[in-house]
Amino acid sequence: MSAFVAIVKRDLTLALRRKNEVITSVFFFVVVAALFPLGIGPEMNTLRLVAPGILWVGALLASMLSLSRMFATDYADGTLEQMALSPNSLSLLVAAKILAHWLLSGLPLVLLAPILGLQFDLSANALWVLTLSLLLGTPVLSLIGAVGAALTLGVRGGDVLLSLLVLPLYVPALVFGAGAVQAEISGLGASAHLSVLAALVLVAAVFSPWASAASLRIALES
Amino acid sequence: MFSVSNLCCSRGEKRLFSGVSFSLQVGEYLHLEGDNGVGKTSLLRLACGLCPLEEGQICWQGQPVSENSDEFRANLAYLGHQLALKEDLTPLENLLSHASIAGRQLSLTDAKAALARLGLRGREHLPVRVLSQGQKRRTALARLVVSTAKLWILDEPFVALDPAAQNALSEVINAHLASQGMVLLTSHQAVSLAGQGRSYRLSA
Amino acid sequence: MIQKLFFYASPQNFYPLAGKLWPVFACLATGLTVWGLWLGMFVAPTDFQQGQGYRIIFVHVPASWMSMVIYLAMAFWALLGLTFNTRLSGMMTKALAPTGAICAFLSLWTGALWGKPMWGTWWVWDARLTSELILFFLYLGHIALTSAIDDPRRADKAGGILALVGALNVPVIYFSVKWWNTLHQGASVSLTKGSSMAQVMLEAMLIMGIAFWMYAVAMALYRVRSIILVRERHTQWVAELPEVKAQMTKNTAGGANA
Repeated sequence: MSAFVAIVKRDLTLALRRKNEVITSVFFFVVVAALFPLGIGPEMNTLRLVAPGILWVGALLASMLSLSRMFATDYADGTLEQMALSPNSLSLLVAAKILAHWLLSGLPLVLLAPILGLQFDLSANALWVLTLSLLLGTPVLSLIGAVGAALTLGVRGGDVLLSLLVLPLYVPALVFGAGAVQAEISGLGASAHLSVLAALVLVAAVFSPWASAASLRIALES
Repeated sequence: MFSVSNLCCSRGEKRLFSGVSFSLQVGEYLHLEGDNGVGKTSLLRLACGLCPLEEGQICWQGQPVSENSDEFRANLAYLGHQLALKEDLTPLENLLSHASIAGRQLSLTDAKAALARLGLRGREHLPVRVLSQGQKRRTALARLVVSTAKLWILDEPFVALDPAAQNALSEVINAHLASQGMVLLTSHQAVSLAGQGRSYRLSA
Repeated sequence: MIQKLFFYASPQNFYPLAGKLWPVFACLATGLTVWGLWLGMFVAPTDFQQGQGYRIIFVHVPASWMSMVIYLAMAFWALLGLTFNTRLSGMMTKALAPTGAICAFLSLWTGALWGKPMWGTWWVWDARLTSELILFFLYLGHIALTSAIDDPRRADKAGGILALVGALNVPVIYFSVKWWNTLHQGASVSLTKGSSMAQVMLEAMLIMGIAFWMYAVAMALYRVRSIILVRERHTQWVAELPEVKAQMTKNTAGGANA
């Protein structure tokens, strides 16, 4: 357990000493949320309709931007090797890295989303469901993204390849996340969507650290 | 205590070496020699368990490592070409976090003492990126001082160290050998350590 | 029996077996395609609503089926490869991927060709077509990953994990897209008017389905032979193959003449 805490603490300390990485993904989210209206037109009724999708896709892309960094620096400086040689299970250590990644890239998006939602004139209930859906959805994105990041470690053209690998797997989270907000807006209630999201988080939390650890070991072999 | 038998390794299509076997008892060290590119680093990584075995076996305390891998890793300290240091953390922070990840308890005083022993007193609180190459190496070596591992696998540990640091490192290794440790190392320089030592020449 | 399976797990032994089998599957595929297309194009009655254009389902539906079956086959080989660490499993996965991608692409393209005369648009966000599109991306991702990694062993293992993760996700993706589609009842057409289908139409589709399957097996076996030759090119047994020897003498003769 203390190894888990040590990794989270270390990653958070490192990120806070180089704040620009955290700020970049937050800034990207804000910019995307502003670009769509510029592309679609200022008509509020249209924007209100497309807001859940835009905000969710923006959060998804912002979260994906920071994925390649999850393991890359550790792989480059040899820390990943040491983690693989630790008597602690690599899946546990990877879970710690994923948690740290979510705290730095996912949680800020969750906190920022309601503010951006106001730009699209979403109701208070819709904003609440949006926040909740992102709170449940962004961990899924970090968890699934971790497998992709581990598979593409040190591979040529890794970043673009990572996006290609990971985006199809993001579709369920996107569908249920944005769908939850749309269901709330149309009065159908979001509880079903949020339950599915919660189930996705649980399943991903069980499988992803293990799959990512296996992929990391493969990357370390060469 | 630690033995490898019939190890082989291929890089791409080329077979680097095969049929490598040796063993280490308590208090012994093995100096792995060979020309550049013959596969010394690959052999060390194989011995650590970072690469899967195509042939042969690695045994710790008489059991194959695949059966008692947790115990093996708890008793293994590996220092490779990469230093495994976080540049934005201080040497002290690096040591402490590494010990936690490796599942070991390390007190602040012990960490400071280890850094001092390798000549880094007064630099414990600077970020690693401002240290010189030699000082970074010494920080990495401080991990060995505080480690409780019985088997040390070291890849070119003496590189980039000035004579004073080389002496300090030899002293650290000798102390380890004297207290029931084992060392497997590669080095292009001649190695003069106390304790039972053998050398093994790796050739294609 | 298990002994025999492990015997064929070696590329050296599988190579001649694949060489004998693929022509058989190719003939079956050709025969069944001819029969299925004859049934579909000439025997099956004109659909009362959709006219003659509907006949493209005899290519579209089998292609969709195969794109999913091939992905499952890839996941199966991946599981085998990761469990038993056999080289051949990775080669089979690599051999299957392009055929699967082609089936997925064919399914999408025929879906679009059907859509234009039927509903006036080249694309419709139907649950099945959208899932097919995502499956196509999964195939492309797999091919991209295995091509980007230089070390073949690492490429095999990474591709294996990706195939398994993808296979586990495909039902989730399909379910979520279906959910997404039913809530957005836009175009309420389904590609197969689910209710009652003439017996002949069903028969034709099944025959075409099996034909595609035979084709996929034939292509995979044929392709894996090339992959085996490339991967094992430094071994003795490859150097002694008659076709390799013939190529080598042709090369040296050509070189001598040039």
